Amino acid sequence: MNSFNPALSLKVRECWLPTLQLSVREVFELMLACPLELPSESPIEAGLEITSMVGLAGQLCGVLTLRSSQKSASRMASRMLGTDADSAGPEMWDAVGEICNMVAGNFKNKISGLGDGCMLSVPTVITGADYCLHSMVNQEIHAVFLFEGEPLVLSLEIYN
Amino acid sequence: MNKIRTLIVDDSSVMRKIVERSLRQAGLCIEQVLEAANGAEALAAVESNKVDLILCDINMPVMDGLEFVKQLSGVENAKGVPVVMITTEGSEGHVVQALSAGARGYLRKPFTADQVKEHVLPVLAGKL
Repeated sequence: MNSFNPALSLKVRECWLPTLQLSVREVFELMLACPLELPSESPIEAGLEITSMVGLAGQLCGVLTLRSSQKSASRMASRMLGTDADSAGPEMWDAVGEICNMVAGNFKNKISGLGDGCMLSVPTVITGADYCLHSMVNQEIHAVFLFEGEPLVLSLEIYN
Repeated sequence: MNKIRTLIVDDSSVMRKIVERSLRQAGLCIEQVLEAANGAEALAAVESNKVDLILCDINMPVMDGLEFVKQLSGVENAKGVPVVMITTEGSEGHVVQALSAGARGYLRKPFTADQVKEHVLPVLAGKL
């Protein structure tokens, strides 16, 4: 288990990337019965129109975002619910929000000292790819996976 | 095994469905599933319905799961009904708080159906 110390340099926090990657892999394997793959080359991230976000506050302040195409978001919902992708409907937003929430929770639970000292917001889901997110970010941890062959972009933006 | 009536409390309807499916996969005979999106709705549900098992998230709007468990002890209908927390909050502090408030089990998200079974069957064993 990694440990959290506010005095750690931002450079050190980059060591959290493997922990973040493990956190998202576990959520997909346990809740969606679907292992994530690493892309052999950088996939095109533009046009990913579903963004789920969970804020972190306390000893670690920031925001965790998970971006995917609408098709992938539907597939994630259908895998969680055990239904056809076409029938996910409005539950798609609930599902991707919950996935982001579980990744954030799983991540902070793996960092010693963060479990009690960091609170999570309720998830927010944005539809549309044509937006800019402006935040007071000091550091960003970024990971790209393939979910059923489609790009899935995970980002942890740290404010403090 | 006797049929059970269960209350699933989570602000995500998707999670409520997953928990229900996991209970069925665990082999439980479920007579009725009640759902609530927060602790206040859950209190109203147990005041007017008899349930055998409650599965409850912690982070919810209106009333969170810890407050719900505390207030549940004052509901006559719910005396002795076991509560298992199912939550993303995994710290020892949260576990201690939940068990101190009256929860009988604690399961972290993400989870598998087997883990639901492992956590739920023991708390039901003494009840049914």
